Amino acid sequence: MKNVTFRIGGVHPHDSKLSRDCAIETLPLPQTVYVSMAQHLGAPATPVVAVGDKVKVGQVLAEPAGFISAFVHSPASGTVKSIAPRADIAGKMVTHIEIAVEGDEWAEGIDLSDTLVTEIPADRAAVLEKIKKNGVVGLGGATFPTHVKLNPAPGSKAECLIINGAECEPYLTSDYRIMLERTKEIIVGAAIMQSVLGGCPCVLAIEENKPEAIQAMQKALGELPYTNIRVQQLKKRYPQGGEKQLIDAVMRRQVKSGGLPISVGAVVQNMATALAVYEAVQKNKPLITNTLTVTGDCLPLEKQHNYLFRIGIPLSAIADYAGGVPEGAAKIISGGPMMGKAISNMDAATVKGSSSILYLSYDATKRGETSACIRCGRCSDACPMGLEPFLLNRLTKAGDMEGLEKNAVQDCIECGCCLYSCPANIPLLDRIRQSKVQVMGIMRARAAAAKAAAEAAKAAKQ
Amino acid sequence: MTGTIIWTIVILAGLGLLLALILFWVAKKFKVEEDPRIDEVEKVMPGANCGGCGFAGCRAFADAAVKAPNLDNHYCPVGGNEVMKKVAGILGYEVKEKAPMVAVVRCNGSCANRPATNIYDGAPSCKVKAALYSGDTGCAYGCLGCGDCVSACQFGALTMDVTTGLPVVDEQKCTACGACVKACPKSIIELRAKGPRGMRLYVSCVNKDKGPVAKKACSAACIGCGICLKTCTKGAITLEGNLAYINYELCKLCRECEAVCPTGAIHGINFPKPLDKEAVKARIAERNRKAKEAAEAAKAENKEAQQ
Amino acid sequence: MKKYIVSPNPHIHAAVSTRSLMLDVIIALIPALLVSVLFYGLSELLILALSVACCVLLEWAITKWMLKRPSTIGDLSAVVTGLLLAMNLPATTPWYVVVVGAVVAIGVAKMSFGGIGQNPFNPAITGRVFLLISFPAQMTDWTVPQGFLSIPSCLSGVDTVSGATLLGKYAEGGVEAIAGTDYLQTLFFNIGGSAGELSAIALLLGFGYLLVRRVIKPWTTLSIFGSVALVSLIFWLIDPTRFTDPLFNLLTGGLILGACFMATDYVTSPMSTAGQVIYGAGIGLIVMMIRYFGSYPEGVSFAILIMNMVVPLLNNAFHQKKYGRN
Repeated sequence: MKNVTFRIGGVHPHDSKLSRDCAIETLPLPQTVYVSMAQHLGAPATPVVAVGDKVKVGQVLAEPAGFISAFVHSPASGTVKSIAPRADIAGKMVTHIEIAVEGDEWAEGIDLSDTLVTEIPADRAAVLEKIKKNGVVGLGGATFPTHVKLNPAPGSKAECLIINGAECEPYLTSDYRIMLERTKEIIVGAAIMQSVLGGCPCVLAIEENKPEAIQAMQKALGELPYTNIRVQQLKKRYPQGGEKQLIDAVMRRQVKSGGLPISVGAVVQNMATALAVYEAVQKNKPLITNTLTVTGDCLPLEKQHNYLFRIGIPLSAIADYAGGVPEGAAKIISGGPMMGKAISNMDAATVKGSSSILYLSYDATKRGETSACIRCGRCSDACPMGLEPFLLNRLTKAGDMEGLEKNAVQDCIECGCCLYSCPANIPLLDRIRQSKVQVMGIMRARAAAAKAAAEAAKAAKQ
Repeated sequence: MTGTIIWTIVILAGLGLLLALILFWVAKKFKVEEDPRIDEVEKVMPGANCGGCGFAGCRAFADAAVKAPNLDNHYCPVGGNEVMKKVAGILGYEVKEKAPMVAVVRCNGSCANRPATNIYDGAPSCKVKAALYSGDTGCAYGCLGCGDCVSACQFGALTMDVTTGLPVVDEQKCTACGACVKACPKSIIELRAKGPRGMRLYVSCVNKDKGPVAKKACSAACIGCGICLKTCTKGAITLEGNLAYINYELCKLCRECEAVCPTGAIHGINFPKPLDKEAVKARIAERNRKAKEAAEAAKAENKEAQQ
Repeated sequence: MKKYIVSPNPHIHAAVSTRSLMLDVIIALIPALLVSVLFYGLSELLILALSVACCVLLEWAITKWMLKRPSTIGDLSAVVTGLLLAMNLPATTPWYVVVVGAVVAIGVAKMSFGGIGQNPFNPAITGRVFLLISFPAQMTDWTVPQGFLSIPSCLSGVDTVSGATLLGKYAEGGVEAIAGTDYLQTLFFNIGGSAGELSAIALLLGFGYLLVRRVIKPWTTLSIFGSVALVSLIFWLIDPTRFTDPLFNLLTGGLILGACFMATDYVTSPMSTAGQVIYGAGIGLIVMMIRYFGSYPEGVSFAILIMNMVVPLLNNAFHQKKYGRN
């Protein structure tokens, strides 16, 4: 099979998939869970339960508060203790529903059996409704509501569904484990999304460093009745799993700046999302569990784990169950080492998008002393969007917003390749992210003003 | 040889003359007619081009001031009343005197008062840090200590105190241009009236958390107890979201609030004498006692009148 | 409670630093340095040591007392400048000339612009050009010192060591003066010249190392070679009795040293591939113009300095190919 990859930039960080051989274990429920209302991209959900209510596992706790928003379900049965702001992993206050766990009683209508249901429902609207009602969001990092993505605007047609199994971040193995252990469910989930999108070809894109997963997928595809689904092997390269990069790798097409993947006929969904879609549609099970890797360079091999966890368990409870924070840990990260977020508050609750607790040692993670730029050009060689981070950094310092927009700072995907490869340890991405936010604000304001002016002109005409 | 020298001189002189003529002609042809008063106003401006007035620079200010019908919306905080008088003189306008202002850092979360809870390792910028998380202390409101305000200050009036990790304003150098106010992502710095002989009172805290939370994060935090509010006889103090604020326009600098604040969040500076807390407290107690007596007497009178 | 580190992403870093890159350049220079020390002996070693010591000391002193900043000598860039400067000097250079060269290279060309990363001109070349203009006699005296540890004849394969380089002979006497020279021999060993001109193979070995380690990209160097070969081919075809042939021009003088180690300096070369190709082509063209028509026998240093001036323009004109913006 021919390996493919994206055409611009990229880096090769060390693989470090230490927990790859740890089978998924089920994490027990603690006494209290905290369910965040902002677990997805878009508007935070609105709680529909009150303090003192008894809730069951899988019961709706909150409803979407807008078009881009999602349902939130209870991960446990018990009593709602409070609905109040609580600090997330970065210490920012977000409304959480606190539930005191009592037993494990599931809401009705959820199929808890292990039987594989391969028959795909034909009613597209019903399937989309199920995905929406069960709170499925993209689990690759952005947590974009899946039903919105699977329902492209009229006029745009999906030509290829890419199931993202790149898992290009070092250390993370949760996707790899579900590809091995839940192979068939993932393929059924992919087939469901394929049928929702009108039967376009479906590609299971997996990086070459996971040959067992590729084999398992190919074997399972042979045993299942679906057509037009194939496995595509990818070269190992970061950020292969970035939506835009993956589209370039698989379809040789590039999404225009500011455009959506569907504009080039692509829909990208994560492996874990495919599994969530399977459970939502075939089993009517809401998104209340996900897989999470506990790993790190300072964690002994026997303490590395892949867990199936209920969304809402505090990170500290998981860390304690896994044997506590290791002695040598200097930084704790939620997500991968390239794009993950550093955790400043271990009491924060897990959310739908939580994929790991990563412990990094001081030597692995401490940033070096910043020195002067030597104009080596490594940052622009590494940038997968073809930007010139050194230039953007300079423009940011000068406060030149026009120059920043001209040099496409708004295209930055914040993958971290520039800072990763800078020999002078210049905090390129830190600063570029700031100017990206500012420039996008300016662009939005300008677009809004143009829209208002056009409407005013229209009204004047009438 | 002589011929070469002569020719060189002739050619160079001719070239010079020709270019001078061209320059003269271009300057004449493309001359922009400007109000000469713009130049005059610009001359009396401080020339810092800091943008504190809201315009791009001193020239832009002069241009706008000349075109404006009055000087109500034009004030140079750096030059202050003196410069504005001169500007008004040139333009023949009235100028409203403004009380001199100074930048005030409203956070006392020094390393000792507000222990760190984690180690920040990103770009040394408050903006970056504020966007990332709540900060490296338990207080999500206070100073982040990366010195964005210091680098924003053009007058060298701000420095980071190494021991406290907080910015310090040099009153002599501060021109109240407001650059630091804009630079601070946590809105800690405020422009306040300089006060008579520099004396002023302010709440050195912006933490809006509930008392116990704020106190746990920082021993110098305002806990929103409201004692100052009850003590103040001038109605200068307001309490909003667990945080007291002293309105400098109403404050009469009696320092009673400073004396009663249980956490020392209220700071009085440049006062000639150190605050004698006990004396002030006794004074307040005395006043309260008298007020109580008066109230009771009034009550008694009321009763008598009713009977 | 233990305090953990918090920072924006990414949380890991590639094993590369300014220091490691400079160290790679130093390693790449070792073969050429060895050849020159073996050929010229102790005097060459002394010049190398003096040049490096002067550059490093000067940078340290300037950062400490003039700029009042933390010292930057730890990044080893001053060592590289010192080595490259010494490799451009004859082995007979008096000590004070070396010191002046170091002062110009570090003091004028590098630190006065703000130190590493800020200098528009290559420090080592600026130093060399300054010396070439100020001390023409000392800078073109290519006699081989007969001293301690000198073993020239057994290595060079020639019995007598001449006092002029091939390019010098050509500049003096035209094509006839160099007729009959075996160029291929110069691939392994040049007759006379500065340390950096002695052995093409040793220099190319170092260049290969830099490419393998991905310290530099080959475009600038290849473009210089290509442009020198093309320009000299055209002129040689027009009049072989007046102009030297491409092979001669590629192998002689400081071209290989300049193309592999000086023109590829990060700070003073363009960042985009297209920019690097144009920059290299310009250097090649200027080198050939100076060699054929200039009063100096060799022009690599001048060519690089001149093209250094164009770098900001090239950086402005050519940008990276952006994703989804064609």
